Amino acid sequence: MSAVIEIWSGLHPLIQGIIKGLCVIAVMFPIGGACSLVERKVSAWIQGRPGPNRALPFWFAWVPVIGPFLQRLGAFHLMADGLKMFLKEDPLPGHVNKFYFLLAPVVGMIPALTTVTVVPFGAYFNEAGHLVPLALANLDVGILAVFAIGSLGVYALILAGWASNSKYPFLGGIRASAQLISYELSMTLAVVPVFLMINVPGGNGTLSLTDVVLFQSGTSGWHGTWFIMTMPLSAVIFLVALFAETNRLPFDMAEGEADLVGGFHTEYGAMKWGLFFVAEYSHMLIGSGVFTLLFLGGWNPLPWVPLSTVIGWLAHLSPLFQNPIAVGLISIGIFMGKVLFFMFLFMWVRWTVPRFRYDQVMKLGWQKLLPLAIGNLIFYAIVIAILQKPVS
Amino acid sequence: MPYVVERKPLTLLERVYIPQILAGLKVTLKHLFSPNVTLEYPEQRPAIPTGYRGVPTLVKDPHGREKCVSCQLCEFVCPPKAIRITPGEIPADQPERAHVEKGPKAFDIDMLRCIYCGLCQEVCPEEAIFLQNQYSMTGYTRAEMVNDKARLYELGGTLPDQHFKWDKKKAAAEHGNAH
Repeated sequence: MSAVIEIWSGLHPLIQGIIKGLCVIAVMFPIGGACSLVERKVSAWIQGRPGPNRALPFWFAWVPVIGPFLQRLGAFHLMADGLKMFLKEDPLPGHVNKFYFLLAPVVGMIPALTTVTVVPFGAYFNEAGHLVPLALANLDVGILAVFAIGSLGVYALILAGWASNSKYPFLGGIRASAQLISYELSMTLAVVPVFLMINVPGGNGTLSLTDVVLFQSGTSGWHGTWFIMTMPLSAVIFLVALFAETNRLPFDMAEGEADLVGGFHTEYGAMKWGLFFVAEYSHMLIGSGVFTLLFLGGWNPLPWVPLSTVIGWLAHLSPLFQNPIAVGLISIGIFMGKVLFFMFLFMWVRWTVPRFRYDQVMKLGWQKLLPLAIGNLIFYAIVIAILQKPVS
Repeated sequence: MPYVVERKPLTLLERVYIPQILAGLKVTLKHLFSPNVTLEYPEQRPAIPTGYRGVPTLVKDPHGREKCVSCQLCEFVCPPKAIRITPGEIPADQPERAHVEKGPKAFDIDMLRCIYCGLCQEVCPEEAIFLQNQYSMTGYTRAEMVNDKARLYELGGTLPDQHFKWDKKKAAAEHGNAH
């Protein structure tokens, strides 16, 4: 084990970074793919159907119990869907602006894969007992980077809608841009109180997502609470805006199958279409991750029970749990559990709340959420000003 | 007096929307765990109710004799003109069928035209044609979708006869009255 760590630390930082990045991609892509299957299954179960349960490769059919079980679970539809996406004809309509048409899915993927670099997804303790976050790049501007790059994702939608040179994609692109602008504001304003809280006047200013989690890692009093308990309104506004930002139902304006055929991706097919969906799922994953970090205590299992306490308990069972790798895996597990719950929530809400009308979306964004977010910010600014004593 | 539906103003809780969504989530969660309402079709088949109008078929009487006397009423009544009958005499070497004068030489129902209205069954004086339980008709060619006489009898089989019309006629004739 230590030999591996030695080899690892002997590597050039650039190579380390590439390996770490590939690891994250190797986790994110399968989860994104699996989510498309889970989406189909959850949709089916909520609607009282069994869902996809037919695909079974012949070389797996002879495995006794597991084979039929995975078949019922539809696990092989995941592969079948992916294979289909790669193998089917990739049409390029004659009326599109070819360069931008081909560029759009790629532009969709870039912000999705870039934002993940600044999202810490776990932590371990080094020899000195300090918490070291696991992230590709633990930037101090954390949340700003997420917002700045994450909102670039809409360019893919606009580009796709415009380059398709036909009516429905165009409307989809317009809706996407209008919706993003409307909800970006309330989303950003909703998280400002969190950062007001963690930035004690006179102390070092930070926008790092790791510090938000550290603030929620106390064992007693204010520091142990998660921000969803102290700032429920912020959490709700952020969550609603998150649904809008990721173009999920009930804010499915950009796609709107019922009124816009397929919205911005009407003219797309095969893997180009698939890329849009991987990007959408990646956005959902990152959005859920950011929500978890900001409001749900990140990798801490329960309020007032931070990761270090749990590791302390587990260390009584076996000292192996104190190994940084074990701690890292446990923290990633806790974090992923919360994120996956949010992925489920996205699907759950999809079959609960019907799609809003376009004017309702605009009204909700500008007339309800934005004033609410501003009022929320002012309220917490005053409260925090009263509560927090400057560090001197 | 027109009936006026009173639109009550929404209460604060309803306007906040969140409790309503939570209630909705509870409903969908309940459905998530409730049993499926669908059938897995090729393995599980639906129970066909009596009186179902499936594929039209020709049936034989309990003596195994052909019931159809080729009167062509069904052919005439068929709204989409799906039925085509070629009438023929009963061959002299089949004495068990001598009670009727004619039988169909060919009987074709084009299932691409059939609209499953059941008028043929209704009009048949011999109760020879029935719309039975079969609901799935498939084929790769147009020719495959035309049921000929042999196929119609294969699909139809024998149905219990309620009346034994020709037995009664025979008995009546033996007792000296025409009917």
